[in-house]
Amino acid sequence: MSEENNSAPEQALICAKCDVEMKPGKVRASYLGSEFPIELLKCPVCGMVFVPESLAMGKMLKVEQALEDK
Amino acid sequence: MDHTKARERESQCIQEQPPECTSACPVHVNARGMIECIRKGDFSAGFAVLNRTIPFPGIIGRICDHPCQTVCKRIEAGAAIRINSLERACVEYGRGTQNKPLRVMKKDKKVAIVGAGLSGLTAAFDLASKGCGVEIFEAGRLLGGRVREFDAQLLPQLLIDVDLAALAELGVVIHLNAPVTNGCGGSASFDGIVAGFDAVYIGPGPHAVDHLNLNLPVTPSGRVKIAPVTYGTNNPKVFAGGGQRYYPGDYSPITSLLDGRLAAVSIDRFLQGASLTAQREQDGPFVTALYTNTQGIEPLQAVTMSITAQGYSREEAINEARRCLNCQCLECVKVCEYLAHYGSYPKRYVREIYNNDTIIMGSHLSNRMVNTCALCSLCKEVCPVDLNMADICLDARQSMVSKGKMPLSTHDFALRDMQFSLSEAFYLARHEPGFSASSALFYPGCQLSASSPHHVASIYAYLRDVIEGGVGLLLGCCGAPAAWAGQEELFHRTLQVMAEDWQRMGKPRIITACSSCYRIFKDNLPDLPVESLWTVLDNSELPWVRTDIKPQTMAIHDPCTARHDKDVQQSIRRIVAKLGVPLRELDHHSDLTTCCGYGGLMSFANPEVADKVVNRRIKESDADYLAYCAMCRDNFAARGKRVLHVLDLIFGAGGEDSASRKGPGYSRRHENRAKLKTELLHDLWGEKAAEKGPDMKLIISREVSELLERRMILEEDLRQVVRHAERTSEKIRNTKTGHFIARRRPVSVTYWVEYSCGDTGFIIHNAYSHRMEVVGDGL
Repeated sequence: MSEENNSAPEQALICAKCDVEMKPGKVRASYLGSEFPIELLKCPVCGMVFVPESLAMGKMLKVEQALEDK
Repeated sequence: MDHTKARERESQCIQEQPPECTSACPVHVNARGMIECIRKGDFSAGFAVLNRTIPFPGIIGRICDHPCQTVCKRIEAGAAIRINSLERACVEYGRGTQNKPLRVMKKDKKVAIVGAGLSGLTAAFDLASKGCGVEIFEAGRLLGGRVREFDAQLLPQLLIDVDLAALAELGVVIHLNAPVTNGCGGSASFDGIVAGFDAVYIGPGPHAVDHLNLNLPVTPSGRVKIAPVTYGTNNPKVFAGGGQRYYPGDYSPITSLLDGRLAAVSIDRFLQGASLTAQREQDGPFVTALYTNTQGIEPLQAVTMSITAQGYSREEAINEARRCLNCQCLECVKVCEYLAHYGSYPKRYVREIYNNDTIIMGSHLSNRMVNTCALCSLCKEVCPVDLNMADICLDARQSMVSKGKMPLSTHDFALRDMQFSLSEAFYLARHEPGFSASSALFYPGCQLSASSPHHVASIYAYLRDVIEGGVGLLLGCCGAPAAWAGQEELFHRTLQVMAEDWQRMGKPRIITACSSCYRIFKDNLPDLPVESLWTVLDNSELPWVRTDIKPQTMAIHDPCTARHDKDVQQSIRRIVAKLGVPLRELDHHSDLTTCCGYGGLMSFANPEVADKVVNRRIKESDADYLAYCAMCRDNFAARGKRVLHVLDLIFGAGGEDSASRKGPGYSRRHENRAKLKTELLHDLWGEKAAEKGPDMKLIISREVSELLERRMILEEDLRQVVRHAERTSEKIRNTKTGHFIARRRPVSVTYWVEYSCGDTGFIIHNAYSHRMEVVGDGL
């Protein structure tokens, strides 16, 4: 199982469709009517966004649960 | 849950009722709290607890007639705790400078106390503590009355003086050698005192007072007539008590103290113009509702004193305190990991759940607690007053759903699993092949079909064999997950579909192999004639006599949903006896059985607590377990407990060591159900399943497979992601590993899969999910 995919400098994440490297970019995450700005790797051409495992299973999960309990 | 109902349920829980010792004590000394301090060796704290209720602890610690000890629960396991001796020990070892009475605002009220026995002194102390100006008139030369008559070794005069010094500190004015009478010989006239003070308390001891001409009605024996509850006389300003009231009873120091206290309450209310009688139900000794279970407690006799005259030494007192049972009810908390996990008890939980349900702003912090209950009702079974947390939690869940406040993620997976069982992939309602009517309808339930589909096929063949008139088959889900999730509408809709099919098939009796389905039908569809597979099997010849069963003792586990189904429990035991397998009962069985961790969808809401529940259950016996619910079997097996299903004994389990077989994971459960349907349709009804292309082959290691289970990600979810990624090239390539990472959001969850292409299929390296949506990601 791989660890966080965008942390090690020697690896790059390439958008397979556009064949360009994913670059950090500002996106918005939304859940139950709340929106948050967040910086994630994004394809500069098609805009596909990558959500790493550590974020999905960590902070994102916590925020989801907190919003569900509102 | 409305406020009245919440209050009602809250007050039902008896855990906060006082222990026997406190309720039997006329002034309700917190003996349990005091002893708890001694147990920790903190005599000062113990003294403070005693002194909170008793104004003269030195005296009471020596001569209390301790009614507390006659009701002490320790009597049921040895001998009563010597509470009075422990009070003495608190005074001996814990009295520093005596608690200073709280200074309160002086009131413009004067009260006279006639007679300085324990009742008068207590009234003086209490009223002075409330800010009244108090004057004591005592005929004798010392304060204390009969307290002074005890043997000096038991109650030294000095100890009395130390206690009574508190009165002077409170500013009480003391007149000694001051007899009060309206007759001759007194130093003050009673009528003069009544006229000069705002209220008067008289406690002249047990003696007749008719010769004093007090202008108060007297009893035939010459004592003042005293009203019960208020301690009033026929003069509204005059109150009385002590030996005067309970004559000719024996001297009871603690009762005298009580009289002074309760009369002081009346005087204080009289001075304020308040009701003298309101809310006095728990004045004096009463019978507590607290239940304390003493079963299984090792009997222990009282600790003896090495020198009786000196009372307990510190060490002896601590040892005696250790015998205290620290009376609590907690019957439900003792048997339930869920109730224990949240560190409190139902009275508090009801309040918490009510608050959680009714808050408008802020977070609903108890959502998870509400959703963790297994709804198994064991708490009600052991509760002395039948309080059922299942009712409370289910009500709360239904309320959360109706208000749109149920967290979306909690039951989503379980409800989707239910929907799968109700979809074309599994749902089926058919008469037996060759029949146009059914005399019975077999309803195996979704979890047995998921766990061991081969048993479903075997039972169905057996039932067709032994029951005449055609045995139809109904594959589906009874709606239990929706009911447990508080989704009433979905639940009733599910039942409705099932009821309609049952009617369409001629209303045959239903035979179900699942205890949950059985309960759901019994409780919600009263017209539907439902029978348990186990009573059917019990009343028929078993399919064949197995000769390969090793007669090894097994421990039988009753599912929590069969808690009240005695006939089912007995049938199971008779069937197993016929099979020649010796059974052992677990500590908690039949109506006291425990949940396996699946009930109420606990394992979805709180896997940590569900683990505790299962782990506790599987440790009850070293023997292999025998279950008759597929979920129970699989939950135990998942934790490494050797366990068989009763059907394994009847129809065989297949494989070498079936007791160690793990149940299928979530994905395989879906597949098993779907396969069961297509195979039965093919084998029995001769129907060929619609042609479907071969499934995309996924290669998944055990490690990843376990991760998928924990994260509740199905292989079907993975296939959707990979299929989409391969079709659209919407995937990310990791230059270091060469793996692809792709995502798909079918409805409300985004699934991410890391995979690579192998020779024979796609190799899955990792998968995870989130519910939050990335805006503008093009999903």
